[in-house]
Amino acid sequence: MDVSQYLSVFLDEAKEHLQSLNDNIMTLEQDPENEDCINEIFRSAHSMKGMAGTMGYTRMQNLTHDMEDVFSDVRAGKIKIKSADIDVLLQCLDAIQEYVDNITENQDEGTDEHQNIIKSLADIRNGGAAPAADASAAPAGDAAESSDEPAVGADGTTDYRAIKLDPSVKSTLEEAKSQGKKIWGVTVHIQESCILKAARGFLVFKGLEEIGEIACSEPNTQDIEDEKFEFSFSLILITDEDKAKVEEIVKAVSEVEGCEVGEFDPSGAKAAEDKDEAPAAEAAPAKAATPAAPAANTPAPAAAGGGGAGGKKPVGKPVVNRTVRVDIEKLDVLMNLVSELIIAKNSLISAANTSGVSSSGVNEQIEYLESVTTNLHESVMKVRMVPIESVLQKFPRMIRDLNKTLNKKMELTMTGEDTEMDRTVVDEIGDPLMHLIRNSADHGIENAELRAQRGKPEVGQIFLHAFQDGNSVVIEVGDDGNGIDAEAVKNKAIEKGVVTPDQAALLTEKQCVELLFHPGFSTAKQVSEISGRGVGLDVVKSKVESLSGEVTVKTKLGEGSTWIIRLPLTLAIIQALMVIVGNEKYAIPLDSIQSIEDVSPSDLKLVENKEVINLRGSVTPIVRLNKVLDTDSTKAPEEDMVVVITRKGDQQIGLVIDELMGQQEIVIKPLGKYTNKCKLISGATILGDGEIALILDTNAIF
Amino acid sequence: MNELRDNSDVGELIQYIIIKIDDEQYGINIKFIDNIVRMQQITRVPKVDAYLKGVINIRGEIVPVMSVRMKMGLDEDVITDKSRIIILKTDSGDLVGIIVDQVNQVLTLDSNNIEKMRFDEKNKKANASFVSGVGHYDGGLVSILDLEAVVSEKEAKETASAS
Repeated sequence: MDVSQYLSVFLDEAKEHLQSLNDNIMTLEQDPENEDCINEIFRSAHSMKGMAGTMGYTRMQNLTHDMEDVFSDVRAGKIKIKSADIDVLLQCLDAIQEYVDNITENQDEGTDEHQNIIKSLADIRNGGAAPAADASAAPAGDAAESSDEPAVGADGTTDYRAIKLDPSVKSTLEEAKSQGKKIWGVTVHIQESCILKAARGFLVFKGLEEIGEIACSEPNTQDIEDEKFEFSFSLILITDEDKAKVEEIVKAVSEVEGCEVGEFDPSGAKAAEDKDEAPAAEAAPAKAATPAAPAANTPAPAAAGGGGAGGKKPVGKPVVNRTVRVDIEKLDVLMNLVSELIIAKNSLISAANTSGVSSSGVNEQIEYLESVTTNLHESVMKVRMVPIESVLQKFPRMIRDLNKTLNKKMELTMTGEDTEMDRTVVDEIGDPLMHLIRNSADHGIENAELRAQRGKPEVGQIFLHAFQDGNSVVIEVGDDGNGIDAEAVKNKAIEKGVVTPDQAALLTEKQCVELLFHPGFSTAKQVSEISGRGVGLDVVKSKVESLSGEVTVKTKLGEGSTWIIRLPLTLAIIQALMVIVGNEKYAIPLDSIQSIEDVSPSDLKLVENKEVINLRGSVTPIVRLNKVLDTDSTKAPEEDMVVVITRKGDQQIGLVIDELMGQQEIVIKPLGKYTNKCKLISGATILGDGEIALILDTNAIF
Repeated sequence: MNELRDNSDVGELIQYIIIKIDDEQYGINIKFIDNIVRMQQITRVPKVDAYLKGVINIRGEIVPVMSVRMKMGLDEDVITDKSRIIILKTDSGDLVGIIVDQVNQVLTLDSNNIEKMRFDEKNKKANASFVSGVGHYDGGLVSILDLEAVVSEKEAKETASAS
């Protein structure tokens, strides 16, 4: 079967499941009894197993299968997850991740079998099975203490799967099987109110002997007749009849509360015999050898007997998001259509105005249309917005791992995971944030002794706060660690030749700290694998700036530092100042504008034959936009000039415009390939009336 | 855009939009036409080649508009109420508009009736490189526009430097 068309769905879902597994295992580490978590892990592992199997990735299937088995046992209460197991499970996730990565790259899962992990997973399961066996060997009363122990044989009842076979009986069974007869294991539960248990047992035996032969029973026939059993007994029946018939006969006897009938596999029971520990074998045949029906039956009494943690089986709350994956291009199309609708609405308004239609009915409908289109526009914009959560999810795991590799104790707290940003921004911001968090873990948080000396709590705090602030999203990453030593940075900068000693002497503390963003800078005394390759902060800065954002740092030596990333809410919408030059409308991005000045022509000075103004003590070059844009100013030379002061880094420049229109939120549209020769224009936007305004790239004017 | 098929009796039937630029009629294969719109306000883009008149808004998309006249080295467009902008969809899916003086009719031509333009003709016209062939029909002759040449930036530069 060609499954390649499902590959992308498979990968998407695999990643989702991996993330969910990661989260849940982390939760489990804190709260090993969390049933919801265990169930969720089991479901995810199960789904992944199924998906991998369908796609033909057998290695991945094996690994997830083993993981599922572990959690199946945990769910059944057979074993408990210990903290050491968490490491194995996380390794297992890493291995699955590796498979997924390989598949992403070349559609092949790779050849690593991860035998060691499979073995570790098996150890986890065996680690649980061993005490279970002990418990069953102990008297029934002791076994009941381990309330999670589901082995039916141990809680005072019997089970047909726990029947020990004599070699002679076994050979009878195998012979019968080879003759095509059916071998049923039957466990009969008799009501506790029953007075004559032995009589009921006798009736069951009698009824069953009519349709077949009872190979053996537990307890044996003599004991049953002597009433030497609790309220249930088991037997093995060789017959030609089917399961329903057997059930019917048993249930026909009065005062029988219920019975379990299932195929009895003599070879499966062999394991029981070999180990001579009935319940130890229970796990294996219960799942492997017996078909669905009895397997579904068994957990019920097991849970009832178990009580406690293993007792309640919540009916899995729906944790899965109700979402649909949509190609972002389709959203773009939708967005364009909405823009068109808005433009059509605007045309309608102006048409109604010019044709003098003043009927209140028309105006009312136009207003209605207006509110609908505005809402539609907002909704479509919102669809593009995704919570930042998807990139933050992986950090708790990262900190956990760093805890071990760096041998420091730290804790990550995150707030504002639901802060929404444009999809394109969210996709890009993950790496810079990871750099900053690693930086905090590696350089920020001090080692235990130093923290103790400074009187700080033993566990270092790393935090990440995301929140919306007006039209931008602010993400703060910080720690309560060492802070940044401006002097050390300065010395390092001199050593690295980033600045000369003379320059360095003039730097303020703040400027020193900002040297950290200089390419090829690292203060780590030892280069570690975590950070300190000297690329981190430089890359963070350029990445953030490529997303039209900015990054700053606040720090106090000995108390910690905070990195603040400020990003535009979306890349598609910006706040802009609309201006008129000549008779044309232009948009200047608001974040590059420092101020707007009214300048009299007499204030103009010439420096090196270039026009400048003295703006509050700083000499600012003046650029006449009409000249740059090859158009004619509508203003007379003697009139006062409107000057928009824009900045690029430390420099500032004054742009002379003709008229201000005001601030507006604009949707950026690309200009297309023929017009991209003009470096002054970074894009265009469509105004409310359908007219196009070009967006000036002020950086290109400097 | 070469619809020639000399060795078959009945060629492929192709529909052409017949437009007028200057005094000459040109045919544009209908499959490249996305839309025909009336003349509207064109937003000038500074510092680009002169034949690029600017950009217009077509259903919320910014579409560059070029003057075929200027590319062909003819006089500036005179905008009348018959002027139209033909929005072409290039092979790469980009939209580009060209200004024409008039749109006349839709014509179905047999590809056998289109004579391929030979570039070794004696008297080359300035706009020869924009024509891929000449079609015969009842009413006369029509030049088939070589849209790749019209739309391509590279051709435009060469033409500009040649003229």
